[in-house]
Amino acid sequence: MSQELFTNLAIFVLSLLVGFEVMSKIPATLQTPMMSGANAIHGVVVVGAFVIAAEANSTLFYVLAFLGAFFAAVNVAGGYTVTDRMLGMFDRKPAAKKGEADQK
Amino acid sequence: MSALQTISSLIYLVSAVCYVLGVHLMRSPKTARKGNGLSAVGMFLAVITIIVTIIIEGKIDAIGWVVLLVGLALGILYGVVKARKVPMTDVPQLVSLFNAVGGGAAATIGIFDYLLKGDGAGLGVAFSLPVFLDVVIGGITFSGSLIATGKLSGHVSGKPISFPGSRLLNIIVVIAILASAYLMMGLTTNVWYVTLALAMSLIFGLLMTLPIGGADMPVVVSLLNAFTGLAVAFAGFVINNQVLIIAGALVGAAGTILTLQMADAMNRSVANILAGGFGTGDSDSGAAAADVPVDVKETSADDIGLQLAYAHSVMIVPGYGLAAAQAQHEVAELAKVLTDQGISVNYAIHPVAGRMPGHMNVLLADVNVPYEQMKQLDDANPMFESTDVSLVIGANDVTNPLARESGNAISGMPILDVDKSKSVVVIKRSMSTGYAGVQNPLFAMDNTQMFFSDAKKGLQEIVAATKQYLE
Repeated sequence: MSQELFTNLAIFVLSLLVGFEVMSKIPATLQTPMMSGANAIHGVVVVGAFVIAAEANSTLFYVLAFLGAFFAAVNVAGGYTVTDRMLGMFDRKPAAKKGEADQK
Repeated sequence: MSALQTISSLIYLVSAVCYVLGVHLMRSPKTARKGNGLSAVGMFLAVITIIVTIIIEGKIDAIGWVVLLVGLALGILYGVVKARKVPMTDVPQLVSLFNAVGGGAAATIGIFDYLLKGDGAGLGVAFSLPVFLDVVIGGITFSGSLIATGKLSGHVSGKPISFPGSRLLNIIVVIAILASAYLMMGLTTNVWYVTLALAMSLIFGLLMTLPIGGADMPVVVSLLNAFTGLAVAFAGFVINNQVLIIAGALVGAAGTILTLQMADAMNRSVANILAGGFGTGDSDSGAAAADVPVDVKETSADDIGLQLAYAHSVMIVPGYGLAAAQAQHEVAELAKVLTDQGISVNYAIHPVAGRMPGHMNVLLADVNVPYEQMKQLDDANPMFESTDVSLVIGANDVTNPLARESGNAISGMPILDVDKSKSVVVIKRSMSTGYAGVQNPLFAMDNTQMFFSDAKKGLQEIVAATKQYLE
């Protein structure tokens, strides 16, 4: 096994353990926002979209790079926005002004 | 390591720390928004770093920039507009959609690198195994999450969908996926190997999600979310990028724990939900509706209006039916009419009420229900004894007193003690059971009256009737 692979594997395993540890009992109120927040974090795949776009050199690769960039951007931008919107509703104090969040 | 690599690796490390601390802060309502913000800061750092890196490396050509920037711009536009505009009732399917594209992006990266590096000769297990895992897991979450989105939004039937021979088809698909793994890790590379892996994993995602009922979708979405985390981590192996590995593994693990907790709150097991999906488990949820309690008392909107107008304290118990009918505006209006007359109104919110755990709080907050009126299970239960009217709207299993007894599907599930209030009014479309498939004796109790109606329409009638008595 190469040094690089071993390092990546170690990082992977330890990050899994951090993930298990950091997630203790979540109040039910926060489970949906938490899922959405975690969903936004895997939007980091957008970094990978940059990496492949930099290497693209034929039509097929350009198409794949475009798809990757589009998908990842939807994930990361939408994910953070909708999570923030949800959590903003819990922020509202009892006397909060109306209209600020209701923009449908 | 070059200076560029050193600096970018260090910034990636900072952004990874932001994700971990962000998730940590999101565990408490007070700090949750800050946590999400911190995680977004980490994401911003990572994106700036990769932009600077590819500019300095200078490998990217003009067309590469165009496809990258146009793809990103369209994606950001679509994602942000969707996220801003979505009504709060539709958030679960939107999260599922965002999850689908995340899986799709991860699979795309795996396919790209396999095709780029493959020149006919084998690529070695150390490279092709992560590619395989990335493409297959990404493909499963892509199609699976799209189906989940469809089921939650009603474009795909929420009923479990199965067909004769589906188990056999499952087995064939799994064998084909394993075959593609064998081919990809072999001594040759071929575009068809990775195409086979992608196609079969897309089909597997469909087969896995279609047979699962709509009520179990939240757990499935959360599980697929964890899957996407793993796919992203394997994409990180493929392109040798540690921030993808860390963030992906973090989401994979944290998402798994969250999935287990969600399933637990709904009194289901993940294994049961998935097994049910493969046609081995519970098919009785609809069938048990035959032994309906006969002695239910029906009532009218007019009568409910009268009761509410003369009550001192009212407890509203919202459930899935309210979320499905999008009746949160009507319920808030009714509550306002009552509180304006000095009647005390509270909401008893079961942890799994709504379409997802915690979803009901979001829905009610969206229509400006004051936070202090939303009582969680433990705070609400002692209040029922002094409640004049409990108004149960589209909720069933979470109020079922059978949960206190042993030997049935919902035994031991924490419930709202609605039956202890002086009078109970249940708004429900029919006598059908909840998704636990258990009859609810609450409906036949002496102090319970049933009002058969769609939550939205029923509440509109009740608001009108109540106003009439209050004037």
